[in-house]
Order: sequence, then structure tokens, then C-alpha cells
Amino acid sequence: MSETLPAEGLLGWSWLLIALPLAGAAVLLLGGRRTDRWGHLLGTATVVASFVVGLLCTFQLAGLDEKSVSVDLFTFISSGDLDIRAGLLYDPLSAAFVLLITGVGSLIHIYSIGYMAHDDGRRRFFAYLNLFVAAMLLLVLGNSFVALYVGWEGVGLASYLLIAFWYTRPAAATAAKKAFIMNRVGDVGLALAIFLMFAQLGTTDYAGVFGEIGTVAGGTVTAIGLLLLLGACGKSGQFPLQAWLPDAMEGPTPVSALIHAATMVTAGVYLIARCSPIYDETPTARTVVLAVGALTLLIGAIAGCAYDDIKKVLAYSTVSQIGYMFLAVGLGPAGYVAGLAHLYAHGFFKAGLFLGAGSVMHAMNDQVDMRRYGGLWKKMPITFATFGLGYLALIGIWPLAGAFTKDAIIEAALDRHDTFGYLLAGIAVLGAGLTAFYMTRLMLMTFFGRPRWEDGVHPHESPVVMTLPMIVLAVGSVASGFLLVSAFPLSDWMAPVFGEPEEAAHVIAPATVLLIVTVVSLLGIALAWLFVGRREIPVTAPVRVSPVTRAARNALYADTVNESLFMRPGQWLTRALVFVDNRGVDGAVNGLAATLGGSSSRLGRAQTGFVRSYALGMLGGAVLVAGALLAVTAG
Amino acid sequence: MTLTYYLVLAAILFTIGAVGVLVRRNAIVVFMCVELMLNSVNLTLVTFARATGTIDGQIMAFFVMVVAAAEVVVGLAIIMSIYRTRRSASIDDANLLKY
Repeated sequence: MSETLPAEGLLGWSWLLIALPLAGAAVLLLGGRRTDRWGHLLGTATVVASFVVGLLCTFQLAGLDEKSVSVDLFTFISSGDLDIRAGLLYDPLSAAFVLLITGVGSLIHIYSIGYMAHDDGRRRFFAYLNLFVAAMLLLVLGNSFVALYVGWEGVGLASYLLIAFWYTRPAAATAAKKAFIMNRVGDVGLALAIFLMFAQLGTTDYAGVFGEIGTVAGGTVTAIGLLLLLGACGKSGQFPLQAWLPDAMEGPTPVSALIHAATMVTAGVYLIARCSPIYDETPTARTVVLAVGALTLLIGAIAGCAYDDIKKVLAYSTVSQIGYMFLAVGLGPAGYVAGLAHLYAHGFFKAGLFLGAGSVMHAMNDQVDMRRYGGLWKKMPITFATFGLGYLALIGIWPLAGAFTKDAIIEAALDRHDTFGYLLAGIAVLGAGLTAFYMTRLMLMTFFGRPRWEDGVHPHESPVVMTLPMIVLAVGSVASGFLLVSAFPLSDWMAPVFGEPEEAAHVIAPATVLLIVTVVSLLGIALAWLFVGRREIPVTAPVRVSPVTRAARNALYADTVNESLFMRPGQWLTRALVFVDNRGVDGAVNGLAATLGGSSSRLGRAQTGFVRSYALGMLGGAVLVAGALLAVTAG
Repeated sequence: MTLTYYLVLAAILFTIGAVGVLVRRNAIVVFMCVELMLNSVNLTLVTFARATGTIDGQIMAFFVMVVAAAEVVVGLAIIMSIYRTRRSASIDDANLLKY
């Protein structure tokens, strides 16, 4: 890692990036109804302003020799040995994330103006969106793990608020709780990792931790790596904590686009990429990252094939694509840049796809069942075109974004030159085929075929405030892959963070990889056409289906496993604890009190009121004392 | 001089007094039995003072007599007032102060 210099000039103002949306959120939340009329405009303006600041900062960073600057802000925690200063770190990695978050975030804010136009809670919605952007920026800009953790929790809070935005719907409230609790499981891992770092190294800022990590025992480093991975899995919806992400689709669609496609779920990838010096020291943890990525990639893709809810299909697609990114960053130096490039491309096309899905839902009276769509391409040409480009980018048709970035990941896996690497590449190719299948199924069910609309639905194209962001994102989906991999390689920009890219001897030429992936994807498309496009789609899902389909419809029983492995035993444990508390702890205290009270009232009976019994007592006592004295003196 | 006779006499007096306190109900008799016990102790004190040739025991006996005189005054007054309110001098009838 290169030298970190104190910030000068505009970069010294990079805290504005976080402060602007935070101020927006504060004004909108504290201002109340007074801000109803212009709240959405303010919310959008702060994020756009943040984007402009981010652009200027990044341009200045590009002109510096040492591409890593720090901004020291104030003492956050000072207690004994623990001295944490709040500060920002602006380097190529955080710059890339800042631009993605604020750029895609701005587009989604603009889109939300149209999407939420008829919602009473629009101001609240924009306040939460701003809060989310601020937390996410803090997450990627913080210069220590504690700052990252604060942003991490802020993101969790904002996502909870946004998923439960329509809190009167029980499904939304439940989904929000589920997301929050599953995130919390991951957060425990991250917190423990930070504790371990402080216990071992006495510091939590990146420079200190990464500089000293080599001095820590191997087992501890592996533990830190695995705990960080647990945190990343929680935030990014990776196996075994993937079940919350599809349920989180209960929130408004722009939320799905912003949080569950473009930014929040990428926090896990950011964490692992940022911690590359830690993972360099522990091959074990890195292998686990690979396994998690590969497994999630398949689980997400398989589940995506079976759902009829358009947003759930996209959500499982997100799970699967983040699996690709984990796979990439688990590969080590060769994969970081490939994973981040895919993250970038995914940010464009998945946000575009979600916004397109929102546009379709807007036209169909908030219907999400794809079995009730069909034939929409004629009614919604712009949505169809942008969605189609996002679709082609996602399944990786050359020369759109996915083709470049996904192939880069597969090549990086092949470059491991071992059986595990080939297996991973095979899984990635298989995943590409599945992706093509479920996305083609989605396209066919939504835009093609005979209309299966419900009565009284009159689809129409969305207003320009909604289509414009979709067009911009579609352009990004088309161009970002070529730009990031070939024209202005991301690997050069990231070189100060991950080191110079090295030319690996490819086992299979990139062109051949592209050919294989394309053939597999076309196979998936053909299969989807055979299963879905060729015949009439029933408006209710068939009940008599194969066990495989049933398993896929239940997301491979992830919820069932969670419930039987964690929820039920947890409930038993709480019940057992309540019983022990009532009977054991309370019982001991109450029993002692009852015993004392009972025996004292029984002893009190000795006070009969008869003087002669007292006299007998005194005599007995005197005799005892005298006897004792005698025994002592005589004995 | 042998102590045995005096001490045995004092022990007998004390026992008579103690048994009287425990078995009699009449407050006056109980009171007299208490006096008997006090005087048996006085006898013991004087006996030992004589035997050791010191004066401490005799002084102690005087103290006991003084205390006993004061006690008689207070005790008889209490017995009188109990008799007035309860029309009885039996100590078993004055049993209200209990649990």
C-alpha cells in the first residue's frame, strides 16, 4: 500500500460528501410537514451535490503522485489505551465506491421523485434515502474499522427503515425485522473482528492494522478473516445469511435498486477488498470466501429460476451476482479488480433492471406477479429497451458490461492453475447459464407473449423523470464493462491499492472463455424459450411440479433450515431460560424469604405471654452458661 | 472453717426459690421466691468473703440488698396495679404481651 498523505485543497473538504446527505436527512426528518412540498427536491439536490464533490475530489486524487490521502477530523473515542480518531481515507478504492454510490444514488433519487409522487410519505422516504447514502459513504470513506462499523450500522438502520417504509403492511414490517436481525448476526462477526484487532494490535485504523497484521499469529489472522467474512455475508446476503435479501423487496422499488442492488449489498465486497492485506496473510479464510461465493452464486441462480415475483427474481439474481464478486475477491490479487469491475457493472445494470421493474409495476397497478404481465414491449418501449439492455448486460452478451467483467472473474479463477480453480470457473460458467435462463424467463413473461393483465389495468409508459435515470443506467450497462476492463482499465486506477496488475499466463485464451460463456448463456436462453416462451403461461403457478422446482420455489429451503436450526432452538432456549429464571433464580430468592418468614413466625410462638415460661427459659439459659463455664474451667 | 455447709444451704435455698418461681401462680409468692434466690446468693457471697478474708463479697452483698429493696418497691407497685385492673394476683392471667 502506498504512503498516505494529509489531504490538501478540495480533498480536505471530502467530509462534505457525508455531511451533505446527512444534513438533508436531518432537515427532512426534523422539518416535519413544513418540508413536504420541496423535501424530495432537497433530498435529491444533496445527493447530486455529493456526487459533484465526489467527482471533483476524484479528479484531484487522480492528479496526485501518492494516490491516498487522509482527512483527520476529531477524536471519536478516547479511553485508556483506546484512542480512535474520526477520519476519512480517500484512495482509489473509496473513490470508486463514492462515485458509484453518489452517481447511482442520484439517479435513483431522481427516479423516486416520479415513483413516489403519489405517496403520502414521500418526504420521509427521501429522508431515509439520504440517511442511507450518508451512512454508506461513511462506510467506504472511514479510515478505521470503527468508522466503517458506524457506517455499517447506519446502513443497516436505513435499510430497516426503508424496507419497512410501508409499515402498515405486515409483510413489510416482518421483512424489515428479518433483514435487521440477520444483519445483526453478521454485525456480531464484524464487531468481534474489530475487538480481536484491538486486543492484538491495539489499533483499529486501516494503516495500523494492515501495517502490523504480519506480526499476529496465523490462527488469529484466520479468525479475524473469518469473522470479517461473517460480517460481509450478513450485509451482502451471502450464504448462510442470504435469506433476508429477497424478503427485503417489500420496500418500495427504488429502495431495492439503491440498497439491494447497487450499494448496500456491495459493502461486503468492499470490506473484503479493503481488508486485502489481512486476507493475504490467511489462505484459509480466503478459501472460505471462495466457497461462500461459489455456493451463493449457485443458490441465488437456482432460486431465481423458480419465482414468479419479478422483484424476487431480481433479488436472487443480486444474491447470485454478489456471489460472483465474493468469488472474485476470494481469488486474491488476481481477482480484486475483476470483482470490483463486476460490482461497478452490476451497480449499473441491476439498478437499471430494478428501476425498469418499478416502471413495469407502476404501469400495472403494483402487480409483481409476472404471470399477470405479458406483451408489455409495445406499451412501454423505453422501459423495454432499457430493461432489455440491462438484461443483455447481466447475462453477459458481448460487448455489454457483463461479458467483460464476468469473463474477467472466470479467467482469474482459471489462472489459479489448480483443480479448485477449474471447479470455481466451472461453477461460474454454470451460473452464467442459469442466469441466462432465469433472466430470459423474466423477459419472456414480462414483455413478450399474450397479455395476461388483470381487468382494469391500462399499462402506460412512465414519466420522463423515471425513464431518464433508466436510460442513463442503460448506457452505463452497455459501456461500463468495455470502459472498465479495456479502455480505462480499473486495474490501473486500483494499482496503488492492490499493486500493479501482472500479466498471468492464461490457461485458456480470453476469447475462448468468452466463446464458452456465450455458448452456455445461449443454451440457457434456448432452454428458457423452450420452457416458457414456446407455450402459453398459466396465470396461476402449476402445483404439480418436480421436487427440484419445489425446492427452488422455496429458495432451497433456506428459511426452513434457518427456522429449524436457529429459530426453534432459540425459542426453546429462551423458554428454558425463562423457566430457570422463574423457578430457579426467583425460586431461590422467594424460597429463602418464605423460609425466613415462616420460621420467624413459628419462633414467635414461643412468646406465650406466660411469665413462668420465660422464667424457665432464663433458668435454662443460666444453667447452660454455668455448665459451660464449669466445663471450661474444670476441663 | 468448712464452706460446704454454707454453700449447700445456699444451693438448697436457691433451688427452693427457683422451683417456687416456676411452679407458683400467685405473684406475691413468686416475688418472695425471687427474694429467697437473691438471699441465697447473698449467703454465698458472704461465705466466700469470709473464707478468703477479703471484703469484696460483703460489699457485693450490700449492693444486692439495695437493689432487692428497690426491686421490691417497683415490683409490689406493679403487682398492685395489675390486681386493680384484672382483679387477680395470678401471673398467668397477665399474659396479654405476647406474639
